Amino acid sequence: MKYWLMLFCVTFSFSVQAIEIRQFDDPAKQQAYENLVQELRCLVCQNQSLADSDADLAKDLRTEVYNIIQSGKSEQDAVKFLVDRYGDFVLYNPPLKSTTSLLWLGPFGLLLVGLVCLGLLAKNRNAGRKMESALTEEESRRLQALKNKLKG
Amino acid sequence: MRFLIPLILFIVMVAFLAVGLKLDPREVPSPFIGKPAPAFNLPQLSDFGKSLSNMDLQGQVSLLNVWASWCVSCKQEHPFLMKLAKQNILPIYGLDYKDEREAGLGWLKHFGNPYTASGFDGDGKVGIEWGVYGVPETFVIDKKGVIRHKHTGPITEDSWQQTLLPLIIQLQKEGSPS
Repeated sequence: MKYWLMLFCVTFSFSVQAIEIRQFDDPAKQQAYENLVQELRCLVCQNQSLADSDADLAKDLRTEVYNIIQSGKSEQDAVKFLVDRYGDFVLYNPPLKSTTSLLWLGPFGLLLVGLVCLGLLAKNRNAGRKMESALTEEESRRLQALKNKLKG
Repeated sequence: MRFLIPLILFIVMVAFLAVGLKLDPREVPSPFIGKPAPAFNLPQLSDFGKSLSNMDLQGQVSLLNVWASWCVSCKQEHPFLMKLAKQNILPIYGLDYKDEREAGLGWLKHFGNPYTASGFDGDGKVGIEWGVYGVPETFVIDKKGVIRHKHTGPITEDSWQQTLLPLIIQLQKEGSPS
């Protein structure tokens, strides 16, 4: 029973991982491979990583990445291999360049716009408060009377 | 004034969305433009005794069309390539990508063969070297064997007249390699 349960757990844990099982001679290489296929984008199903995609090309590219890592080259070499052929598009984490500056700096720009708007709003609200305190004694008595009338 | 700011924001948003609609996410810019054609040496589909290599793409302006018998859009593009081949403007080389040899030969027999020669890339390795991610794809290669343009998807009369033909005429006027 224990044996069967273990077998079940092992098969299940593999089926949720990569599409095909790759053998590595070094766990560090395995880790590098898994990281890479998560970070690289499939060109056929553009919203999936190489690890997720079932497309034929994604399978071929996983094989290329596997061969590069297994032959002892670095993760950068594997990334360079793909970028040389498919461009920065394959990276889910693109480098900061003139063409990607909007992508990287845009959110900070929006944040800045938001902060400026917030500042202006706060200023307006403060100005409103000051006006209320600038009532004469007579006026504040009338205001209080009106408020009481509304409540009652 | 109160309505002006939301209105401006709305117009800006609509402008961004309109531009976004026009962009084609399938058009991934190729890093190969302006670079020499990647080296390859493949057996020819029709005769494994002969080979097709990147050296064959030098000397005159040529097209390299990536196709496959299983590719539906290639069928759509095929009549145009046949028409083009008859006009004898430039040689069209084929790259039979991730195909079965029999199926590839059968396709050419059935629909006609517009290609000066087709390389047989059964395992798709050369396709990866060329950054192919979807068929059909067409590369324009100049006299020096440098890739000058990549067209993704089937060539249509429009894209031919507007982009490809003007570029080819310009490239054909450029000096021959010394």
